[in-house]
Amino acid sequence: MSAADTTRNIAGREAAPPRPLLHVILVRPETMTLALLILAVIVASQLSPFFLDINYILRSFTLSAEFAIVALVFTMVIIAGEIDLSPAANMALSACLFAWAQASGIPMPVAILIGLAAGLAMGALNAFMVIALQLPSIIVTIGTLTLYRGLAQIIAGDKSIRVPDWFIGIDKVLVLGIPVPVVIFVVVSLLLGLILAGTIFGRQIYQIGTNEVAARYAGIRTRRIKLVLFLLMGLVAAVAGMMTASRLGSVRYDLGLGGELQMVLMAMLGGTYIFGGRGTILGTFLAAWLLVVVSTGMTVANLLPAIQLTVLGVLLIVAIIATNFIYSRTQR
Amino acid sequence: MNALRSILVRRETGIAVMIVLFTVVVSLYKPQFFTLNSLRVILLLTPLVMIAAMGQMLVLVARHVDLSIGSMLGLSAMVTGMMFRDMPGIPWGLGFVVAIGIGALLGLVNGALVTLFRLPAIIVTLGTLNLYRGLTFIVSNARQVDRQFIPSELKAMSQTSPILGIPWIIFMAFAVALATYWFVMHTRVGRQIFALGSNPVAAPLRGIKVTQVTLLVFAISGALSGLAGIMYASRWGFVNPSNTGFGFEFQVIAAVVIGGVSINGGVGSVLGVVLGVLLMGCVAAALPLLGIPGTAQGAIYGAVILVALLIDRSVRQQGIAGLRIARA
Repeated sequence: MSAADTTRNIAGREAAPPRPLLHVILVRPETMTLALLILAVIVASQLSPFFLDINYILRSFTLSAEFAIVALVFTMVIIAGEIDLSPAANMALSACLFAWAQASGIPMPVAILIGLAAGLAMGALNAFMVIALQLPSIIVTIGTLTLYRGLAQIIAGDKSIRVPDWFIGIDKVLVLGIPVPVVIFVVVSLLLGLILAGTIFGRQIYQIGTNEVAARYAGIRTRRIKLVLFLLMGLVAAVAGMMTASRLGSVRYDLGLGGELQMVLMAMLGGTYIFGGRGTILGTFLAAWLLVVVSTGMTVANLLPAIQLTVLGVLLIVAIIATNFIYSRTQR
Repeated sequence: MNALRSILVRRETGIAVMIVLFTVVVSLYKPQFFTLNSLRVILLLTPLVMIAAMGQMLVLVARHVDLSIGSMLGLSAMVTGMMFRDMPGIPWGLGFVVAIGIGALLGLVNGALVTLFRLPAIIVTLGTLNLYRGLTFIVSNARQVDRQFIPSELKAMSQTSPILGIPWIIFMAFAVALATYWFVMHTRVGRQIFALGSNPVAAPLRGIKVTQVTLLVFAISGALSGLAGIMYASRWGFVNPSNTGFGFEFQVIAAVVIGGVSINGGVGSVLGVVLGVLLMGCVAAALPLLGIPGTAQGAIYGAVILVALLIDRSVRQQGIAGLRIARA
């Protein structure tokens, strides 16, 4: 879809001849992600025969499925030229509110609604600061990330709040042999991928990220679209927070701690352009699997969690350098 | 009259008033807050934050941000602590050289990634935040450096005092602040940081070497984090791979932005940051007295960052509105 788009754009200009289709397809960040994914699977299967077992990979994926789902929306926020570092803290606070509500005797459906509403409200606060007050989203979301995590700590303290037994174990429920979190991730990917690539709304997100002033002059409701994105981010983070609660069986204030790195990493590995206007859901989708294979591979290879952290940090910097390099080599 | 007015509308005055108001309100509620002892507590809470805040201020003025300071603090403190443990008899003053040197090196890596590859500092330092923390675990084998290995002279710096019962590390923090003041107000490079932050496009046209200035700013931030790292060892007497410096960046950013450093670059003063650090110290010291659990600190830092952003914005708008009135 977007490959064809690129070709058309280039053909429209007189100066540059269209690039060969093979070139267009090969020199894309998503191709890099796919190649890395295949490489990672090959290397990992040398480490352990488990990697050729699809069920093992699916089970491993449930561990980071929540972050992967949020990373999909995060990709859209980045494409729109903004950034939101608060979703991991949002996950913690909405899960804490939900767990605290149901532990104090509020019926379960209401408690779930409270959690979702809290997520929406947190997204709305980000949106208010960024869109209405025109503050840079980087610093705003650093502030709200600290605030949300801190509020979660106030609510939950150092204790962990248990959730009812029937709520536990979303990752153990299978649909056609596939764990539910993975199914949700795939469905959300398809949905957001179609929206981003195939609808006017989706194309407008790209235009905002490419040149916000020009987009506004072209009649695009930039503020409304960004509002939708921040609200969606809040809501999806809340859902992810509750999925984590269900997987872990209890909620602590440090739920999803360090998730910012994972989400940014998935988007960057998937070839999303950090300055906005470029990137695809497909890239983030592939990158999520890549990250799972890499993390699981490192665990199988008995690397300490600290070394894994180092590797992820290096991977983030390498990914963003590689993506920027690829984009600098291809015409806009 | 004009002089008085210009003092009154300054950001620093606003923070000073906030400190006074806060102290008065808390003291009315809990009289024991208004004692010399709690002043000592406040001052002891501040030196690490103040030193790192000076570096963060320069980075923010240059229109970047450094999220990795907590991990740089941890890594340089860890290496220094291990040096004391594994090489007994090494002069303790050498620890300062090592910690500052390692910090500067780590900061330089941040700066190089930001300038050479033209990457946004937020993503680079988010990466190195995790990278440096991971390295801290790797070099230390996830083991803490215990109290008996930290030289007693170093620990004494946080306890003994040259004058008025105020420990050495507080004087060091204020010395760093003074040096930063001199650097930003009276050196060419210091002024260039402000020029770069106010208009990154115009700066190179004015002959400012953007790459060098940016590298320098990140290196200073790293070096000061390293200094804060060895002070951590002095203050707490141990270095732990997971706790040392964890979450430090949010404290520092909160203190710096409440101190009037603009996140849009080009604006900030040392006096404002010092007052911002002291205000955060007052708040942290008042919490236990007011019966608020320590777990509330994170939320307070976050709220302070947001409030500072709001103040910053309204000041900026008034500034523009003021210009319009002046022209009309």
